[in-house]
Amino acid sequence: MRRYVIRRLGLAVLTLAGIVVLVFMLTHILPGNPALVQAGGHADARTLREIERQMGLNRSLAAQFGSYLGNIANGSLGTSYTTGNTVAHDLLTRLPATAELAVASTILATIIGVPLGVAAGLREGSVTDWAGRAGAIIGTSIPLYWFGLVLIVVFYGKLHIAPAPTGEVDAFAAVPPSYTHSLILDSLLSGNWYTFFDALRHLALPVITLGIVETAPILKITRSATLEVAGSDHVRTARAYGLSRLEILKNDILRNVATRVLTALGIVFGFLLGGSILVERIYGWPGLGLYAWNAVTTTDYNAIQGYILLIGVIYVLLNLAIDLLYAGADPRIRFGPAGNVPRRRPHPAWPGRRVITPPSAERH
Amino acid sequence: MGVPDVSSGAGRPGSARLRSELKRYPSLAAGGFLAAVVVIVAIAGHIAPPHNPLAINPGHALEPPGPGHWFGTDQFGRDVFSRVLAGTGTDVVIGLVVAALAFAVGSAAGLVPGYLGGWIDDIVMRVADIVMSFPPFLLALSIAVVIGNTVGNVIIAVTIAYVPYIVRLTRGSVLTARGSDYVLGARAVGASTPRVMTLHVLPNAAGPSMVQATLMAGWAILDVSGLSFLGAGIQPPSPELGVQVAQGASYITSGQWWVSVFPGVAIILAVLAFNFLGDYADDKLRGQGG
Amino acid sequence: MPGLRIEGLCISIGDRDVVRAVDLHVAPGACAGLAGGSGSGKSLTALASLGLLPRPARVRAGRILLDGGETVAPDRDRTARVRGSGIAMIFQSPRAALNPVLRVGHQVERVLRRKGRRGDLRQRCVELLGTVGLLEPDQAARLYPHELSGGMCQRVLIAMGIASEPRILIADEPTTALDVTVQADILDLLDDLRARTGMGMLLISHDMSVVAERCESISVMRQGAIVEAGTTRAVIDSPRHPFTAELVRDLTHPPGTGHEAGG
Repeated sequence: MRRYVIRRLGLAVLTLAGIVVLVFMLTHILPGNPALVQAGGHADARTLREIERQMGLNRSLAAQFGSYLGNIANGSLGTSYTTGNTVAHDLLTRLPATAELAVASTILATIIGVPLGVAAGLREGSVTDWAGRAGAIIGTSIPLYWFGLVLIVVFYGKLHIAPAPTGEVDAFAAVPPSYTHSLILDSLLSGNWYTFFDALRHLALPVITLGIVETAPILKITRSATLEVAGSDHVRTARAYGLSRLEILKNDILRNVATRVLTALGIVFGFLLGGSILVERIYGWPGLGLYAWNAVTTTDYNAIQGYILLIGVIYVLLNLAIDLLYAGADPRIRFGPAGNVPRRRPHPAWPGRRVITPPSAERH
Repeated sequence: MGVPDVSSGAGRPGSARLRSELKRYPSLAAGGFLAAVVVIVAIAGHIAPPHNPLAINPGHALEPPGPGHWFGTDQFGRDVFSRVLAGTGTDVVIGLVVAALAFAVGSAAGLVPGYLGGWIDDIVMRVADIVMSFPPFLLALSIAVVIGNTVGNVIIAVTIAYVPYIVRLTRGSVLTARGSDYVLGARAVGASTPRVMTLHVLPNAAGPSMVQATLMAGWAILDVSGLSFLGAGIQPPSPELGVQVAQGASYITSGQWWVSVFPGVAIILAVLAFNFLGDYADDKLRGQGG
Repeated sequence: MPGLRIEGLCISIGDRDVVRAVDLHVAPGACAGLAGGSGSGKSLTALASLGLLPRPARVRAGRILLDGGETVAPDRDRTARVRGSGIAMIFQSPRAALNPVLRVGHQVERVLRRKGRRGDLRQRCVELLGTVGLLEPDQAARLYPHELSGGMCQRVLIAMGIASEPRILIADEPTTALDVTVQADILDLLDDLRARTGMGMLLISHDMSVVAERCESISVMRQGAIVEAGTTRAVIDSPRHPFTAELVRDLTHPPGTGHEAGG
């Protein structure tokens, strides 16, 4: 176990380092002059050179990389030229709003997707199974942004149940003091009930949008894991010894499916991070995604760079956490080698969507 | 009427085999049907759309679906139906190009390190891991933002995000194939390394990556249209489906839903086709029934 | 009639019969052998006794009786109840047959609990593990399957089998996946159990030597049907079916020892 943890930590550190380099490369090496973009199309040569000097673009690449590293070490991600704040401040204050979305939608997707997936896997060939398969295939074909718009049309436009897609709360809600920068938590903490419930109402549609689309990959992975485990030799043995269906479900099937669902959650989170831009844009939700979109449309380079860096770090840390949880759950890793120990968590090939693993190449 | 035995495939006419294959694998039937519809639609939209997809007609802006315009018109008076037809073609082609590129590059990049091993393997896998440490949509977005949003650049951006997955899949299969009998046999006979790699290892290791590439064509459509929706991908006035959804987005709340909804349906159908085909390919690869 | 009795069993997949009109009898305390190559239907026959046929296969005709009462379809409830108490079964790949995330002691205790045993399950479990020949059984109980060798895993499965106190034990290729040195030990263990508990055993193997050595009667299956049956002596000394003759010939004159010409 210790070896596994050290390996994973080392890998995470290496990957983080790689991300730092990659982000630098993205913004400094690829074609395109940030100063030109920032200056707009009408700047003359002198203004351009001035902007370049301000952005430090006239120095050598090595010098730029050096100051980039130095800044990051200091925790400084530059200043956003649209908001005027430091990028770090912007990101941190908007993170909770995106977290609200992410957590709520993942919970929704898990509550729907896992039981359905298990049920479909257990009843192979039944209506439930076909419904599960169909749901998963259709669900992974729906464009997230379009789905959000459709929900708005139906629930806001036609049925008038949902509030307008204009952010977290409507204009009448008093903004509570920001302890956590999460509007929901802050209003809860300060007893501001109107804002709290209004925020919840506004949270509903975005969460449903993300949650339903996320359900599809969770359902698919849970179903295939359940199918595989239910047909395995050890389940057959348990049945052969007459163990009760409940006991088999609990200890033989679910416990072995759980590790794979964990892996699925890791995948889904990647999809979430990408999807948050789309959903927040549609619903005007003031989180990281909307910030990133604004940064893209105003070509606020520091903000874009900071955002990408943050996302990369979050994703790496999240996968690390999942790997460690997986190690805790799988005794083959916890208790050291003998026989068939996976060297790393079987890594799915494709985030957010379908998982294809080559039949016999899981261990490499 | 005598029905031929459906369990064996040998020695029967092609059409009968096709029919039994379709029965066994509903995914193939569904995917094939949808793919055919999509292709026909795309070609028809290119050759003979009811209206010019780019023709602006301000007098007829935002008309709801009706006899003259089956899907209504957008805010510039353009016929949504024709635009959807045209956009479907654009997106499907883009999807196929991305899938083919990712498959080609990824297979090569997975084949060489997987077969040769050593430090090449380590480096390639580390690089792949780092690229994979970003959600692919975001990575494509970042790249597209930086290198500019022409059609070609968008294709490149998305392909870069997809390649590592193919690399990993190919490498996995190659590792398995490397120790198999026919490879050992070929090497024992003295076949050169490149020859062994391309003739023996690659065909047998390509299975999972081909399945993944099929699915990727669909995902590419979702990602490219998503990028275009955000404004970082294909630009208007090109009738790309994501662009169309974006253009209709501001009219959603005032009740003119048709500009955004119909292009999305087209996306779903196209992606579904690839999903079904990929599902069929996967079942076939694993030797299971549908 | 006591023991396991299979009469006229027909198993089909789709509309094809894969097992045809199989008759078998395992008397209490006796060891009956079922020999045949892969695909001969022997495993399906065994699985049918426990109602564990994999999905596309089903029992089309015939019946299976345990001590006179029917155990197999249409009565699924009785089949479920029979599992683990009337008939127990051990399979070919021992490690795969164990749940990888549970300690082996826990897995044995589960079977004990199902039998309705109260009291100190832990103690009984350790006793059982000792009976099947595991050294330091209290330590072994805390191990996970991946920490045990194949032979040890098979012993654990046999312990689970004993725990369910069956009247009949079906052993489907119990030693095929194990080392030659371990095979004899496992088979001895099974014989020992038979002697002590009076349970009947159906020993299934593609390896004729195993069956010939341990069983009092042999049935030979080929392509879903029994082509020869009788006491071991009779079948080995004077096989009537050509397929049996082949198996026997390989047995007494193993290929490669220069005796292929027969006689």
